[in-house]
Amino acid sequence: MYINKILGIAVLCTLAGSAFATPQIQHWQSESGARVLFVEDHDIPMLDVAVSVPAGSSYDQAAKSGVAGMTHALLDQGAQGWSEDDISRGMADIGAQLGGSFDQDRASVTLRTLSHATERDQALQIMAQVLQHPVFPDSVLARERTRLLSALKEAETKPEAIASKAFQKAVFGNHPYALPVSGDISGVERITAADLKEFYRTHYNAKRAVVAIMGDVTRAQAEAIAQQLTAQLPAGTAAAQLSVVEMQIPQSEQRIFHPASQSHILIGTPGMSRSDPDYFPLYVGNYILGGGGFVSRLMNEVREKRGLAYSVYSYFMPMKQPGAFQIGLQTKKEQADGALALVRKTVADFVAHGPTEKELTAAKQNIIGGFPLRIDSNRKILDYLSIIGFYELPLTYLDDFSSRVEKVTVAQVRSAYARHIHPEKMATVIVGAPETGSAK
Amino acid sequence: MRIYCAVLLLLWSQQAICAEVAERTLSNGLKVVVKEDHRAPVVVQQIWYKAGSMDERTGKTGVAHVLEHLMFKGTHSIPAGEFSRRIAAAGGRENAFTSNDYTAYFQQLHKSKLPLAMKLESDRMHNLNLSAIEFSKEIKVVMEERRMRTDDEPHALLQEKMMAAIYQEHPYQHPVIGWMSDLEAMSVNDAKDWYQQWYAPNNATLVIAGDVQAKQVFALAERYYGGIPRQAQPARRQFTEPAQVGIKRMVVKAPAELPLLVMSYHAPNLADPKGDWQPYALEMLAGVLGGNESAWLNKHLVREQQIASSVGVGYDSSSRGPGLFTLEATPTAGKSVDEMEAALRAEIARLVKDGISEAELKRVKAQVMAGEVYKLDSVFYQAMQIGQMESIGLGYKAIPLLLEKLQGVTAEQVRQVAQTYLQDDNLTVAVLDPQPLSGKPKHKIEGAAHVH
Repeated sequence: MYINKILGIAVLCTLAGSAFATPQIQHWQSESGARVLFVEDHDIPMLDVAVSVPAGSSYDQAAKSGVAGMTHALLDQGAQGWSEDDISRGMADIGAQLGGSFDQDRASVTLRTLSHATERDQALQIMAQVLQHPVFPDSVLARERTRLLSALKEAETKPEAIASKAFQKAVFGNHPYALPVSGDISGVERITAADLKEFYRTHYNAKRAVVAIMGDVTRAQAEAIAQQLTAQLPAGTAAAQLSVVEMQIPQSEQRIFHPASQSHILIGTPGMSRSDPDYFPLYVGNYILGGGGFVSRLMNEVREKRGLAYSVYSYFMPMKQPGAFQIGLQTKKEQADGALALVRKTVADFVAHGPTEKELTAAKQNIIGGFPLRIDSNRKILDYLSIIGFYELPLTYLDDFSSRVEKVTVAQVRSAYARHIHPEKMATVIVGAPETGSAK
Repeated sequence: MRIYCAVLLLLWSQQAICAEVAERTLSNGLKVVVKEDHRAPVVVQQIWYKAGSMDERTGKTGVAHVLEHLMFKGTHSIPAGEFSRRIAAAGGRENAFTSNDYTAYFQQLHKSKLPLAMKLESDRMHNLNLSAIEFSKEIKVVMEERRMRTDDEPHALLQEKMMAAIYQEHPYQHPVIGWMSDLEAMSVNDAKDWYQQWYAPNNATLVIAGDVQAKQVFALAERYYGGIPRQAQPARRQFTEPAQVGIKRMVVKAPAELPLLVMSYHAPNLADPKGDWQPYALEMLAGVLGGNESAWLNKHLVREQQIASSVGVGYDSSSRGPGLFTLEATPTAGKSVDEMEAALRAEIARLVKDGISEAELKRVKAQVMAGEVYKLDSVFYQAMQIGQMESIGLGYKAIPLLLEKLQGVTAEQVRQVAQTYLQDDNLTVAVLDPQPLSGKPKHKIEGAAHVH
């Protein structure tokens, strides 16, 4: 205890005064209209690039849920002059990795390649073609639709997937954030190539694109790359406005049958957006409640003290609109009701009383002290560049991060939670629920 | 001090950050390996014990992993939970993992916090306080982990049952997490025995990677770990697996929608990095069959014939025990597992008959070499590789040799290992037979709705 206190003070002193070198972010708008964020770094002879557009699953129509995801998935399955096999072979030949990510808000295409001109040029040429001239071949769509339908049917047998789908619906109701990210079966069955082309034309355009570039190229090269990857994107139309998330939801509890030995429990409510003024109090508070690995309250109550679960967590998913605040755990069926009551009590207690000063100090020590780990690789920096660009966060986001955390007070955490989280009005989903409502 | 550079990096020698690796063995037998990397002010400490589930005996399966959990439950001077609290307060991230071959613990922190991490890690190497109360809670956590990872996960369940069928004698036959009945029968004394037997400096490798100076790390290691007494290590029983003398087949029923076909062949692992050639050829074979989207199985079975909805290939040359070369595939809706198996066999037959092209081999080699450069972006992974190679007995110094040997594999060698090892007598076939969630017999009609 004594040693802990000394250490704590030492940490705070070091951190208050020092600023860890954050990457120097260069920012400009490409001629194409795309916004570019670039960090020049020549330590490793490689280059990482990510192009993001607001074309996630929340831009799907409910009746054709899955079009957004399929559009993204098919980008690299055929482009003008390049068959899907040409694309994958062309990348593999030079050891380059073409990938991507996809969520409710954002569709991204990512590239990692050696920075030597031979490899870099070929990789960028293919990426440029994939982004700007995809062809969505009918034959590929037919095949990928079948594969996706199989995967969706498989997911409907998995307790975690069943829980997640029911949870999103309970939290977001008719808002498009409730739509399954990869689509639903009836929507996917109806997808046509025309839908994909239309979605692509509408949502993949330069003015809304964010290009993140990290690694072994010069500023001049980075400018050319950004232009090469976005100049020929479709002109597009005005950005679609997402409807507003209804923050107040009714209390609900769904108990869904599943033969698994454990109950999979999700509890939550709409949480916060990327631009929420309470972002830092909620984020730091959540470290204490259920985000801080082995040292959170939920972990301590559920796992450390009672051995009720292997994993128990809470998190906020900050999105363009408020994403979910979610608590999750899995526990043996027979003890599920007891564990659920314990989690609810822990959350209610945290929201009612907030953290202690000691807990807040420990949270800050971890988040601030661990800041260098957030930016210790090109991959992680690239992800931050994309996030900062896509969500229009200040370019000084990384520089300010530690001081924003440091300024959070117990009172701010308490009032932020009181505003956002209403424990008596949350959605609960239990898949593999105990047969009766009462615990043994 | 030994310096090695990945072969490819020499091509960019003007900017190559040559991977400097330094090592020293303390007088108590603890081997300390330091990989300097000054790109970010962070450090990772990993301690690797040469004790994994393959060292467990019948009736005591899972104890290596249970002890891994108990290592967070306090020592004679640090109360339960305090280890994690101190690492967290230092801004650190930490965890641990247990495999068939080894058990490892790690912390990632700001470089100034290395002494704290060493103090805590060295303390629990020899001062662990194993109490019956903490054990009784933690064993429940491990059972929940087993339910989550295996019992309720059809693919993991299939894999567990398949390993038990593949190995008749070798301890790879039992799962790392342990059989449930062994966990139920386990006591704190089993954990104590395990700890006393294996947790000693002369059975461990300490790997430190990051923004540190090797000399200073050695001094710190001496200070924190140097005083821990060496311990006599029992002779290790060398297990062999008798030759399989005919195909084995099995079916696992579990709640799922899609079937899964897994075909595993016994294959050699790397024993002599310099003299061996087959394990390298098998690595290349795995790359040619499944290393990228244009590789054989995905190209032929998923894209062209559309008989599989997904395929995978697995082979790992680096292990303490015998190796496996594994193919797995999920048939497309409407195709049976028999058709799937026939299609995989046809691919193998074609490969054995016609061999692979130089272009295909070159592609896989290019991926390997690019991977060596990309690896530099992760200090953690570089430390992992060192720890792994030390723990399985090959040593980290073999890493550059491995790369060199992989580059030397010929197309004919790839064909030869396919011919030699992808043989029925060597094969275990497992099928996941999907069951409806309701427990009622499955509708025969394709695409029939299931009751949840």
